[in-house]
Parts: sequence; structure tokens; C-alpha cells
Amino acid sequence: MLAGLGLPIAAGLAGTLAPALSGHGFAALMDWPGLPRALALSLGTGLVSTLLALAITVLMIGALHDRPGFVAFRRMLSPLLALPHAAAALGLAFLVAPSGWIARLFSPWATGWDTAPDLLILNDPMGLALTLGLVAKEVPFLMLMALAILPQTDMARRGQIAASLGYGRVAGFVLSILPALYRGLRLPVFAVLAYGMTNVDMAMILGPNLPPSLAVQITDWMGDPSLQHVPTAAAGALVQLALVAAALALWLAAERILAPLIPALASHGYRAWGWDAPLAGLAGTWAGLIALGLGAGMAGLALWSFAGLWQFPDALPQSLTLQTWTKAAPDLAQQSLTTLMIALTASLGALALALAALEAEARSCRPIGAAWLIYLPLIMPQVAFLPGLQVLALYVGAKGSVATVIAAHLVFVLPYVWLSLAPAFRGWDGRIGLAAACMGTPPARIFWRLRLLMLAAPVLTALAVGSAVSVGQYLPTLMLGGGRVETLTTEAVALSSGGNRRLIGATALLQMALPALGFALALIVPRVIFRNRRAMLAERSAAR
Amino acid sequence: MNRRRFGKTAVSTFALMMLGPRMAHAGSWEAILAEAKDQTVYWHAWGGDTKINDFIAFIGAEAQKRHGVTLEHVKLASTADAVARVRAERDAGQTSGGAVDLIWINGENFAAMKAQDLLFGPYAEGLPNWPLVDTKGKPATVTDFTLPTEGYESPWAMAQLVFEHDSATLPEPPRTLSALHDWIKANPGRFTYPQPPDYLGLTFLKQVLYGTLADPAVLQSPIDPASYEATIAPLWAFLDDIHPSLWREAKAFPENEPALGLLLADGEIGISFAFNPGRASAEIAAGTLPDTIQTFVLEGGTIGNASFVAIPFNAAHMAGAQVIANLILDPAIQAAAQDPATLGFQTVLNLDALTPEDRARFDALTLGPATLSPADLGPVLLEPHASWMVKIAEDWVQRYGVAK
Repeated sequence: MLAGLGLPIAAGLAGTLAPALSGHGFAALMDWPGLPRALALSLGTGLVSTLLALAITVLMIGALHDRPGFVAFRRMLSPLLALPHAAAALGLAFLVAPSGWIARLFSPWATGWDTAPDLLILNDPMGLALTLGLVAKEVPFLMLMALAILPQTDMARRGQIAASLGYGRVAGFVLSILPALYRGLRLPVFAVLAYGMTNVDMAMILGPNLPPSLAVQITDWMGDPSLQHVPTAAAGALVQLALVAAALALWLAAERILAPLIPALASHGYRAWGWDAPLAGLAGTWAGLIALGLGAGMAGLALWSFAGLWQFPDALPQSLTLQTWTKAAPDLAQQSLTTLMIALTASLGALALALAALEAEARSCRPIGAAWLIYLPLIMPQVAFLPGLQVLALYVGAKGSVATVIAAHLVFVLPYVWLSLAPAFRGWDGRIGLAAACMGTPPARIFWRLRLLMLAAPVLTALAVGSAVSVGQYLPTLMLGGGRVETLTTEAVALSSGGNRRLIGATALLQMALPALGFALALIVPRVIFRNRRAMLAERSAAR
Repeated sequence: MNRRRFGKTAVSTFALMMLGPRMAHAGSWEAILAEAKDQTVYWHAWGGDTKINDFIAFIGAEAQKRHGVTLEHVKLASTADAVARVRAERDAGQTSGGAVDLIWINGENFAAMKAQDLLFGPYAEGLPNWPLVDTKGKPATVTDFTLPTEGYESPWAMAQLVFEHDSATLPEPPRTLSALHDWIKANPGRFTYPQPPDYLGLTFLKQVLYGTLADPAVLQSPIDPASYEATIAPLWAFLDDIHPSLWREAKAFPENEPALGLLLADGEIGISFAFNPGRASAEIAAGTLPDTIQTFVLEGGTIGNASFVAIPFNAAHMAGAQVIANLILDPAIQAAAQDPATLGFQTVLNLDALTPEDRARFDALTLGPATLSPADLGPVLLEPHASWMVKIAEDWVQRYGVAK
């Protein structure tokens, strides 16, 4: 089943390998003086942002899951997740830049700045701005993944037992629930790590540029007008792949070292209830900062979409106008429709593939071989991966049609759908199926009437995540669509290359609206299906 | 594309190649017009500027009205994406029916595509409007980065480097390179340039070359490896001197022309520059820059070149693409592009070759609030030979690509 996916992935890989091996790519790569720094940057920002995002997610669930504000934060998650990376980066950039919104709010009355100060906040050589931006964007993703897994961890009862033994809330969570949670969260964490190391959108806006991270430099080489640097880019892509593999190995090694700590702590018997209040405060601060950062960043972009002239140090635009929206409106309706259609088809296709593979795995009791292949598109730089895919599409005669674009999206959507679905699917209590089988229920009926229905929430979440990923695809849409297929994202990315904050604000709001719709459905539909099955909802709400 | 239409395109393509540059007699153009009717032309062009996007839509409306040709603007973030598409098609053996019909192209992409035989042509000199192009007065319309275009691309707008400043805070801008140097040193953090190999960043370096080299005439020939280091030394000396006084102490650079423009709009820098002399006026008209922004040039002239459109060798709609290329050279379209309220692009046409009524369209145009008159724009300095910029871009990355 998944072997069918092997072909496009192999083609993409071959497209990367061939020029790297044929040309003088590696020599040119070694000759680039920025290489050591770029490698360190990719590794550093990737590892640190993943570590921070994971720590904050775990801390927030452990310390705040039964607090009243947590439900509200959960509700905010979905639209934040649907935010395109580039839009999030631009929003954050406008917030913290020396001429940004925060500086404008306090200037000149508090700071004395009449002109923007010359401070290196964005594009700092250490990649701090990039790291924080990645953390802000990845915490919502990890959070959503964690919330989909929590129902399988038997959280409520384990928490009660730990509490009845006198453990503090956080300590009880770490000792009794975290191991089960982390088992399910591992793959999403790997995806976050790979994304953090290979992303181009955010790194271009927030990251350093002397030198940039490796992924950005690869993109620059691919875009070089003289076409001389394609082998260098391909060699860079291979080094990138090796670097991601090395980072994953490093992470696995750290897991090995840290895992025995939890039983050691447990046998130590330290109840740690005194830590609950400060940790809750810390988690609350982080949650607030992330929500505020992304929220204010978005609000800033939204305001820009209505702004006339807006100069430093004005806290608000001099005038408001509908010009940006009225000019863009005619194109946007058609593009929204195309985008939605592609996203739904691609994510439904990915869902069907993932469900079929997982069900086959469950019935045969044999783990899927070569499942790691699915993840390759996640860790390969798209810009180096796509030419191979494009040549394959042209060979098989698939020319710029919507169908070609959907097929290409499938390759990039599937890993995310798999990530959101597999842990919940595998975590389903097999005894329910066994009981049904004992009563003579055929396997197909068990799948449709029990497994799928009980997993309605994760299935819909996977669908929403898949749609969000599809909506965000730029290069696959452009390159495999041959420019014939216009989506909100092709429009948005083309416009954002012009740095026009007003239009970027308008398209970002729409780009966010489509997946947000999907996430809203993923929240509401289970409530409707399970309206007469309180325990199903109760199990989910235990995660609160 | 179906087989019959493919056949027609192939036949007419062959006919065009046979006729070469002399194909402009009415008969063959009539045939091209007839074939172009009801075609949809996919024009791959940078989509980062709404003013340009609107203008391309306007050309599309005219093409539909006059010739029954539908124009689709494929908005790109980078021209290299269109080049990559054509190359992938060639690698896959697709020699006809390609996805790209027309590309807005610049010197480096043109040189690369032409060297790899990815372009259709020569076609430009056969366009009915070609005789109106000012090839004598504006030699940049037939030479792209010192490479003769040989009819493989057709010009659509002139560009010249102009500097922009806010007259409210800087009434008297520096008008020579050395005055600019002194101003940068006296106002740390208020000047920067896009990071090479961005083309506008390289253009600034070319401008510095013209101002610092003992004999700028060497720039018109390929570099001489033996004397290169010594010739180029004044450029590095100039940059070494100003870098500590640049925006962010040269530890970060804006990515490209729009990013540089944003820094001016945000008030982070005091002097900016652009390749379109009408950019500031058009931005003022759009309400994104204050009306106190003015433009100026350096004494002795600034770098100028032309923007072009080219047709890939395997374009599916070659007839339609040529009709569009010809329409772009139409005096009414050129005058609309030069209108400061729409784009402010300088025309590629020779105004003396126009009919009186077409000439009147240009005479009726007012300069924008920030645009210099052709006389005030001063002399145009020619683009150096492409080999200079390839080498200088590489050396820049070696010297400054890793922040200290």
C-alpha cells in the first residue's frame, strides 16, 4: 500500500542525489566559508527550539491541565496551528523589530526614539529570534498532538493514584503519565526537530543571514540565476539529510540517558508538591507569552491589511482604508475554493492511505516495513527534493493539472496525517475489538462501527492537520501545477516576496481561516457524535 | 494541448525560424495573430508588487479586447522557479507544449537560459512594433549585461538606479559617491544595501565600482584574472570603510529590493535606492510612503538597464506569447506604464518615431511627485560584463558572508 508512495519519494531522492554526485557540488560546498556556522546554526536552532517547545508543552499539560484557563487555551490552539509559518514569522518580526509595534507603542514618549534604533534583534547571528519564533509556532502543534494522545494514557486515574500517594500535581504527572505520553509524542517531536532544522520560511525572515542556516543557503543556490549552483545545492541537501539524521541520533541517545531518571526519581519518593505553584506560574507565563506573541503578531498583520500610511513611531496607522481588501477580493474567492478542494482531497486521500495501512498492520499484527520512508519528505529540503518529483511527473505525462498538484500534496500531507493518527490508532484498546469479535462481528464491521467511530476525534484532527499542511504548500503547487493552479498560498508567497505587509496581512488571515474551519469541525463533530456517550467525552475531557 | 494545435504551433514555429529576423512582413504576422486568437498565454512573472500585478492584468484585458488572447499571470516569488520548470521539462524530454509561454527575465537568467538553448527565437526584431524601440538612444534594449540579446528577448521597460531620501529629515542628499561615503560615516546605522548576490545589492556594488575604479572602461570587457585583484581593490577598501557604519553594523543585510524599501518606509534607514525611477512616486500614490520622499542620482550617472520578456523553446502558445510581447511595445501600453500613478516605468520606445497622437500620450504625462525628469536623471552607466558580477558576488560572500 505504502509502496506506491515509495516511487515519488525515490524520484525526489534521485533528483537530489544525481546532481550532487555528478557535479563538483561537494567541493563547492566545502569552499563556502559559511558552512561550519550554517551547520551549527541548523543544529543549534533545531535542537534548542525542539527541546524548549517540548518542555513547555509538557509543563503546560502537567501543571495546568485541570486549571480553568486551560480549556480556553485549548480552544485558541487550532487557529494558531493553522497559521502559516511565514505569516507567523512576519507577524512576530513586526512585533519585535526595532521599528516594530512594541517599539512604536513606547516611542517616543518612553524611549525617546524619533527614528527606529539600530538594534540587531531580528536576524541575530546566534539565531535567537529564529529559535523563539520556532518555539512559538511548534508549541501549538505539539500541544494538539499531545491532547490527541492523552486519552490513551489513562490520565485521570493515574493522576488520582499519584495524588492519593501524596505526589504534587507536576511530580505525579511526570512519574505516572509522562512516559506514556512521550511514547506517543516521539514522532511528532522528531517532525518538529526535522522541521526546525530544515525550514526556510521562518529562517528567511527571523534567522541570521551572515551566514544563513543551511536550508536557506540551499534555497538560494537553487534559485541562482546562472544555474551553476544546482550541484552545490544538491550536495548541501545531502549534508542536510545527514545532519538531520545525526540530530535524531543525538536525541535518541539523550532519551536513553534520561529515561532511567524517571524510575530513579520515583523510587526516591520525593513528592515535590512544593514545585506545583512555581511551575504552574512558569507554564502560565509561557502559555501567555506564546498566545500573546502570536495573537498580537496576527493582530498587527490584520491591522496592516486595513492601514493607509503607517510610519514609525505611530502606534496606530494614520488612516484606515479598505483598499487592500477591495483590490484583492476578486481573485481571492476563486483561489479559496481551489485551495479548499485540493486540501480536502489530499488530506482525505492521505487519511484513507494511513487508515488502510494501520488497519492492515493491526490485522496482520506485523509492524509496517519501511514506514520511515513516509517521513523522508519531512526532512528533505523541499527545494532540492522537488525537481526530481517534477521530472517524474513530466515523464508519466502528468502536466500541470489540479490532480497532479493533489498527488504531490499527498506526499507532504501523509507524514503529518500519519503522525497525528498512528499513536491514537495503535493506542486503541484492542480488548474492545476482541470482545466484539467473540460475539461474531466481522473485522470490517469492527473497523467501521467501533474503531473508526471511537477514534472520531483523532481522525478528524488528522484530517484538519492534513488540510492545514496542504493549504501551506507553495513550491509543490507551483512546480507541479506548472503555474496553472492558483491557490491562496501561491498568491500569498508571491506577494510576500514583495514585502507588502498590507497584502500579506490580508492573505494570511484567509490562509488561516480555511484550516481553522477544519479544526473547529474536529472539535465540534465528536461532541455531536458522542452526545449520548458521556464516557467517550469524559475520557477526552480527562485530558483537560 | 491537443495534437492538431500542436501541429499548427510546430509548423508556424518552423516558419518563424526560417524567416528569422526578417519575418515582419504583414502576411506572417497576420498568421500569428490568427493562430494566437483564443490562445491562453501563461506569463510567468514576479508577483511581489501589486502595482505591477495590476498592470499585467491591464495588458491582459487589452490583449483580450484587441486580439482575443487570454493572458494568465503566473505569480512567482522568484524567476528562477520558471527557469527550473523549463529545465525540468527539457530534462523530461518535453520539447513542446511546455507550461511556460512567456517569462519576465533579467540579465543573469537570460544569459543562463540562452547558453542552455532554452529560449525560442530570434523573434523580437520581427515584432511589428519593434521599429519603435529606441535601440540607438537606449542601447540597453538590445544588450543585456553586455550580452547582445539577438532577438531572443524583447524589452518592456527601462530601469535606472535612483536613490531615495526623505526631504523632511534630509533636505540636501549627498550627490557624489564620496559625499555618500561621508554621509554614511556621519550617520551610522542609516544606510545599507541588499545582500549580494541579490541583483540590487550587486547593482550598488557596480555603482561603487564606477565611482572608485581608476578606469571604469575595463568593466565592459571580461575580467582579466591577472590584474583583477589590483583593479578591484578600491571596491573592497570602500566597503571595508563603510561597513562598520552601515545598518546593524553590517551584521545583517536586507534580503532584496522590497526589504530595502520596507526599511525606508519604517524609518530604519535614511537613504534607500531602487531600480525604478518611478517607484517612490508610485508608492506615494499608493499611500505607502510619505509625500516628502524625493529621489536623486549621483553626479556622473547611475547604472541603467532594461527589463525583458522571453519565450521558452518549448512554449505551448508561442503565437500568443509574441502577440503579448508586441502588445507590450504598443505606445498606448508603454505610456500607461510610464504614468506615475500606475508604475512610473520609463518607456523603451523612441518618442521621435511615434505618430503625433501617440507622442501626445507621453507628453500628457506628468512626472510623479518624486520622479526626476529624463534630463535630471542624468547619464546612464552601462552594466558591466557579466563575468565581473559573478566573480564579485563570489568574493563578497568569501569576504563578508560570515559576520565577524
